[in-house]
Amino acid sequence: MRITTALIIGIIFGLGIALSGMANPAKVLNFFDFAGTWDPSLAFVMGGALITTAIGYRFVFGTRKEPLLAGAFSLPTNREIDSRLVVGSALFGVGWGITGFCPGGAIPAIGLGYGSTFLFMGAMIAGIAVTRTIINARARTVRA
Amino acid sequence: MATEFTPFLSLAGGVLIGIAAILLMATHGRVAGMTGILAGVIPPVSADWGWRAAFLIGAIAAPAIYTAIGGSIAFAVPVSAAALAIGGVIVGVGVTLGSGCTSGHGVCGMARLSPRSIVATCVFMATTAITVFATRHIAGGI
Repeated sequence: MRITTALIIGIIFGLGIALSGMANPAKVLNFFDFAGTWDPSLAFVMGGALITTAIGYRFVFGTRKEPLLAGAFSLPTNREIDSRLVVGSALFGVGWGITGFCPGGAIPAIGLGYGSTFLFMGAMIAGIAVTRTIINARARTVRA
Repeated sequence: MATEFTPFLSLAGGVLIGIAAILLMATHGRVAGMTGILAGVIPPVSADWGWRAAFLIGAIAAPAIYTAIGGSIAFAVPVSAAALAIGGVIVGVGVTLGSGCTSGHGVCGMARLSPRSIVATCVFMATTAITVFATRHIAGGI
């Protein structure tokens, strides 16, 4: 049941990303190119997704104590605005601006079958794996 | 390279993304952040990798099914392979350090009015815009 619902929700998410233009690097880069070939479409993606989610979350949290298929809501608990958050987000923006790909856009784009998506995904997964290894090694050192 | 302005299609896509985020919270109690979901299936995989893998497979299958039944989805990559490789690594490092990306911070976190997500989103939107300006209008393309 959990697997099936996750699959269906993934399909809705992937369809939304693909239809919206978020999986198209040319469209993403044009959204940020105010001084050139500006395409404001992505403002409608972000606006539509954000307003829908904000209303829906309010309803979910207002009417339910726990989710339908799990024991509790797993919400991020870290509240600290630290240098790791800021530096990481800044770097993500640089990479997004270089490629036009973000994780949420690139994963559905795999389904379109272009080699450039696989190249980006391989590089991104390498970046995630190496960074996680370093963070975990540091955490172990601090504990020891 | 210009792209077509698609306000209605993009709004509809955005609403679908929002519906997916609501459903994942209502059923699994999880934020629909692609970085976090993907990280759980990269070794060392998390214990609850099953629903994560199913979500990712669904997300990948959707555009494939849509195009297979005759739909068309515009796609173009206006940068070099070297830029994709270098930018890809930077995205991977950034989303891991920053604990999220457009879907996690920009949609789910902002919808919860999380201060961390609001800061993260403002920071990455700004650096993306600066990077696009620098690569296109100062460097003249990469």
